[in-house]
Amino acid sequence: MDARDDIYEYSLDLHHGEEEGKKIRKKFMMVLAILSMVTIVEVGMGMMWSRDESMADILKYTFIILTLVKAGYITMIFMHLGDEKKSFQWTILAPYFILIGYLIFISLTEAVYAGGVRPGIENYFGF
Amino acid sequence: MSGHVSQTAAPSHSDHEAGAWAGGTSPFKISYGKMMMWFFLISDAFTFSGLLTAYGFMRHKYEDIWPTAGDVFTHFPFYDGHIELAYVAFMTFVLIASSVTMVLAVEAGHRMNKKQVQFWMVLTIVGGLIFVGSQAWEWYHFIHGTEHGAYLLEDGVTVMRYKIDPHTHIIEEGVFLVPENDHSGFREVVGNEAQSMLSTATHIHGANLKHNEYGVPLFADFFFFITGFHGFHVFSGVVINFIIFLMVVEGKFEKTGHYEMVEKSGLYWHFVDLVWVFVFTFFYLL
Repeated sequence: MDARDDIYEYSLDLHHGEEEGKKIRKKFMMVLAILSMVTIVEVGMGMMWSRDESMADILKYTFIILTLVKAGYITMIFMHLGDEKKSFQWTILAPYFILIGYLIFISLTEAVYAGGVRPGIENYFGF
Repeated sequence: MSGHVSQTAAPSHSDHEAGAWAGGTSPFKISYGKMMMWFFLISDAFTFSGLLTAYGFMRHKYEDIWPTAGDVFTHFPFYDGHIELAYVAFMTFVLIASSVTMVLAVEAGHRMNKKQVQFWMVLTIVGGLIFVGSQAWEWYHFIHGTEHGAYLLEDGVTVMRYKIDPHTHIIEEGVFLVPENDHSGFREVVGNEAQSMLSTATHIHGANLKHNEYGVPLFADFFFFITGFHGFHVFSGVVINFIIFLMVVEGKFEKTGHYEMVEKSGLYWHFVDLVWVFVFTFFYLL
């Protein structure tokens, strides 16, 4: 393919040498270690306390926070969103943050209400 | 806008530094293809959030009778006993590891190292295949269910289950669990009452879209739909990665001068991993 000078290839900006590559690979391995550890901790907590009623709430919020930690590492490091421009990061994340609050509201408040008024077990398909 | 745009309003090349949005340059400093992949992923993320929200809604609505994932997914290959969620944890690890091999392929691409890009992409594809295979294996066990099964009562929706100790996984003989009518959980049924209910019940094993031996059929419906939709994403990710891998082998990107295509398929692959992190939490852990 002939080089075209009217299109600037932004992907060329990302090229780096051996030395920097080594540093970047080390960072990826750190992230792998963190994500694996978090998963092991989650499964371990689930095994130990999932049937303990008094731990239910703590477990729930710990799992959600750990999930967001994992999601943060994946998007920011693996998907390189952390390396993009701030304006682009917000373009991707802002619509999401706006919607998610509404979704959480529906799946908690609305659902608990719907559960409260649902008919008996004989009709639990009756939405 | 009218056709009469004055010449002075159009950005000249020397104005590039004036502002990112002055035109003539990419304000996000990102190529068209990568940006569009991000926009696609955002819409796909909305789809998955919709599915998980629907799941969360039903789960809270039927909180009293919703099955515990830890009771359902206890199988492990080449092992007869029960280990809760161990296999799902393994699957999660495989997907995270394949995400790392993908990002290493991208990194090798930034150094224009064709051999390493090939190597890491092969590992990524293998990881994806192991994950899809594991999912098929898990579906198989969920569909076939346990040996003892459960009983579908006369009404065609209520499931009467054996009482099983959550820690030892041993069945308590002659004791069954039936959902309470007032949504307060399950009540134990024994003796004559149990016998008379059993006489009109149908013995069922495993789960499908109509009934589910572990409890509410909706649990199975959501399981099949959400993990199925995600599994389809993994499968298409493997196909895309394979196509890109062939292009790498052909040397197409050496000619182009960069491996941005690997980055784009990588974005999709990481997204599949990202979705799984959420499915894992909301479906299996909580």
